[in-house]
This record gives sequence, C-alpha cells and structure tokens, in this order.
Amino acid sequence: MTASQNIDQAVNHLFRQASGKMVAVLVKIFGTENYALAEDVVQDALLSGLETWKFNGIPNNPEAWLFRVARNKAIDIIRRRKHQSDVDFSNPDQLPPSAEDTLEQHWQDENIKDDFLGMMFACCHPDISPENQVTFILKSLCGFSTREVARAFLTSEDTISKRLYRTKAFFRASRIRPHIPPPAQLSGRLDAVLNSLYLLFNEGYSATQHEQLIREDIIAQAIYLCQCLLDHAHTRQPRAAALMALFSFHAARIHSRLHIDGTIIPLSQQDRQQWDKNLIATGNEWLNKAAVGTALSPFHLEAAIAYEHCIAPNYAATNWKMILSYYDALLQLTKDPVILLNRSVAMLEYAGAKAALQSLEALEGHRQLNRYYLYHAVLGEIYKRMGEKEKAVACFEQARLLTAAQQEQEFLAAKIADT
Amino acid sequence: MQEFLVIIRGGKDPGLGSPQEMQEHLQHWQQWLGELMASGNYVAGQNLEPQGLTVLSNATVTDRPLAEGKELVAGYLVLRADNAAAAAELAKGCPGLPFGCTLEIRGIRQLH
Repeated sequence: MTASQNIDQAVNHLFRQASGKMVAVLVKIFGTENYALAEDVVQDALLSGLETWKFNGIPNNPEAWLFRVARNKAIDIIRRRKHQSDVDFSNPDQLPPSAEDTLEQHWQDENIKDDFLGMMFACCHPDISPENQVTFILKSLCGFSTREVARAFLTSEDTISKRLYRTKAFFRASRIRPHIPPPAQLSGRLDAVLNSLYLLFNEGYSATQHEQLIREDIIAQAIYLCQCLLDHAHTRQPRAAALMALFSFHAARIHSRLHIDGTIIPLSQQDRQQWDKNLIATGNEWLNKAAVGTALSPFHLEAAIAYEHCIAPNYAATNWKMILSYYDALLQLTKDPVILLNRSVAMLEYAGAKAALQSLEALEGHRQLNRYYLYHAVLGEIYKRMGEKEKAVACFEQARLLTAAQQEQEFLAAKIADT
Repeated sequence: MQEFLVIIRGGKDPGLGSPQEMQEHLQHWQQWLGELMASGNYVAGQNLEPQGLTVLSNATVTDRPLAEGKELVAGYLVLRADNAAAAAELAKGCPGLPFGCTLEIRGIRQLH
C-alpha cells in the first residue's frame, strides 16, 4: 500500500469530516460563545446516524442525512430558547428567531465551506497561542476527541482539556464571529492559518516516539485542511499551494524514513524506490500553481528544497548548489537559526566540512540552539568528516543528552559507534 | 433450522467518545450483520427508538417504555440456527456486547 492510498483512507473519515462541518455551521448559528452547545448537537446527530445505520446500512448521502438531523435539532433548540438570553440573536450573523426557514440556507454546500474556513480562521485568531490553535482545530474541525488529541501530541488529556478550555473561554469573552476575513485583513490572517497547518503537519511528520498510525492521521488532517483552503476562491493563494506542495513532497517520503523497528533512516540511506511517485507528482502540480504572482513565501522555498530532494536519483546526485541558493533566499526572508543550521548540511555536501563549519560560526553560543539536539548532531557529523573523532563523539554525546526521543537516541548511539 | 428472536437490551453505547470511534463501531456492526447475511443466518432486524408508549392493563397509556437504561430493548434480530446454543454462538459476535448490552435469545414457536 502506498502512502497516498494510506492518506486517502485516513481522509475518508465520514464521521470526522461531517463532525467538523457541522461544528462550523452550528457555531455560526449559535455563536462561538455557545461552542459546547454546538458540540452537543453534533454528538447527538452522529449518535442518531450510528444507531439508525447499524441495522439499515449507510444511506447514499450520509453527510446530508447527518446535516438534516443536526439542522432539526438546532431548530428545536432555537424554539426552546427563544426567550432565553444565552443565544445572542441580535448578532446579524446568527439566526433571527422568527426565521427558522433561513436555517435551511446555512446547510447549503457553499455556506458550509465558508463556515468551515471561517471556523479555521477563528481557531487561528492572533490572540490564541499557536499550540492552542492546532489543538482546537483538531478538536473542532477534525472531530478528534480530547483523548485522541492528547495521543497525537504525546501529552496528557488534562493538558489538552486545559488548552481547549482556554480557547473556549476566549471565545466566550470575545464573542469572535467565525468568518473568512475581508480582503484587507486576509493576508495576515491566512498566514496565521497556514502556519498553524504547518505546525500540525510537523507534529505528525517529526519522527519522535509517535506511532506510525497517529502520525499519518495528523499528516492527513493537515493535508485535508490545506485542501479546504485551496478549494475556496478567497483562500486559494499561491502560498497555500506552496504549503500543499511541501506537504506532498514530505508525505511522499514518509514510509522510507523509519525502519520497521522504528529506528531512523537518514536521507542518504533511504530507499528512494519507496518514495510515493504520485504524491511527488501532486506536489509538483501544486508547486507549479504556487508559482504565480510576485510574493515568495518561506513555503515556496521549503517546497523547492523538498522538491530537489525528491527528484534526485540518489543522495550523491542531489543538486546541493540549488538547495543552497534556496536556503540563502530563505535566510533573506527569515533569520531563523534552524534554517542556518539546515543550510549548513547542504553546505557540508556541497562545499565540504570546513565550509560547513564556517557557516555555523555565526551560531556559536546561540542559547536556543545550544539546547537543540540537531545542532550538536550536525556539528558532530562535520567533525567526523574532518577526521576529528574526539570532537565528533563529544558532539554526538551532547546531542544524545538533549533528545528524549528513543529513536533519535538510538540513531546517535549508532553514530558514536561508527565514528 | 429454527428461527430465534434476539432481543438486544441496553440502549446506549457509552464509551464512544469520538466521531472516529463511532464510525469504527458502525463498521463493526456492518461487518457482523454482513457476515450473518452471507452465511444465511440473518432473517430480519431493526433498531428501536429509545422513546415510546406503554399501554397498562387498565388501558391507560404512559408516554414512556417501562424499562430504562440497561433493561431497555434497543433492537432485535431474527436469526436462523440449528438450536438455541447455535443462535447464542452467533450472537456472541454482537459489537454491542463490549459496551454492556445483553442479548436474550428466544426460539420462535412454530405450528408444526
């Protein structure tokens, strides 16, 4: 089974996807301050579907079936609560109590798409921290339970509950209205959403002690959400396409990065036959679509780097010169020390160990990087190539102290043994 | 071969916390019933709404079923099997069992 098939299957989650859409529409109807109410209605609708379909089979359009049940439950609630104040009908975005019929239009396909993206923008509000953003996206739009989010982020349910609570409290206090921002604000807000999806994807992609299944699940969700952005005229922007290209190139390599026992296989030793050619082609298409307009985003450059790796027939034949130029362009956009570190790896392959070591001089004594295991691992590799065994081993040892992930520790132990 | 009524009690499926778990549970049901159909053991089956009416012996009508919670009949199946033990064996595959439902198996009386 190829990675793209796996990812297609992971995306084919009827209940999850319907759940995300229903949450978005119901939050639009009830207001973000009534988020819990929206979740209750969704849970009810899904349970109705489950109980009915157990014996009768799944109808032809199960999503429409679920939406109808959710709509009817919403109407019931509005009738019951007309005289209560917990649903703010003075909000023009929400439903006037007299016009239940207009509730119908909330459930039209186009409106659902708008509401879904609107909710994505609400989750990525600048006043919500990035980790709370991705947590709430998984919970509300991807239909993850608290326990599933906790497993995905390798943390406790308690931590996730607190994060969700903070976001809900923020929604209650600020009464954010989910909507796709108007053109004047769209650019900055879209950046926040794309960064959040990038974070989500990395969470799935980083080879920590995640189980393969959860990792692929998270990756599939990031790809699905990015696809939703690309399906909509307002958010179909070149840098969203670039992000999708980046996701595709990375996802194409996911099955070649780990041994069956979970240990890491470095890029230079990966079996390139295992890379998913369909996903690489998909990434290519998106990269072409991203190449319009004048704005060059970091996603464009990261995708271009990933592309170079994907098309190289083997590690030695990688176009390091091109990759270096992309890293240089990236550094023009952002002074991120991690990019400088990654650039030094390209430098090592292109210009040798001395040049790579020089390129890292700027980072010496950098406090944040000093605590980053990869910095020491890269330094170790450079010293190893220079024949400075003692220095190399010391760096690998330091790197091993700094990572908690067992796979990474084993990888470094092998490096030390090999030096 | 005789027909058996399988009365499924215990209306709710507690512990299904997420949409994904619900979908997986649904898939288990479809697989189980699909196998019973393929093997020719399945005759009929329906799921019941939790609410309902009860007519008492004095002919008054109450607006709820008599049983609640674990005793509530959630649905029924009619299975074809050699004997009650064989029907019970088939019923063991019910995906509701891990969630606390119980199955009562009763032979359906025949004229001949």
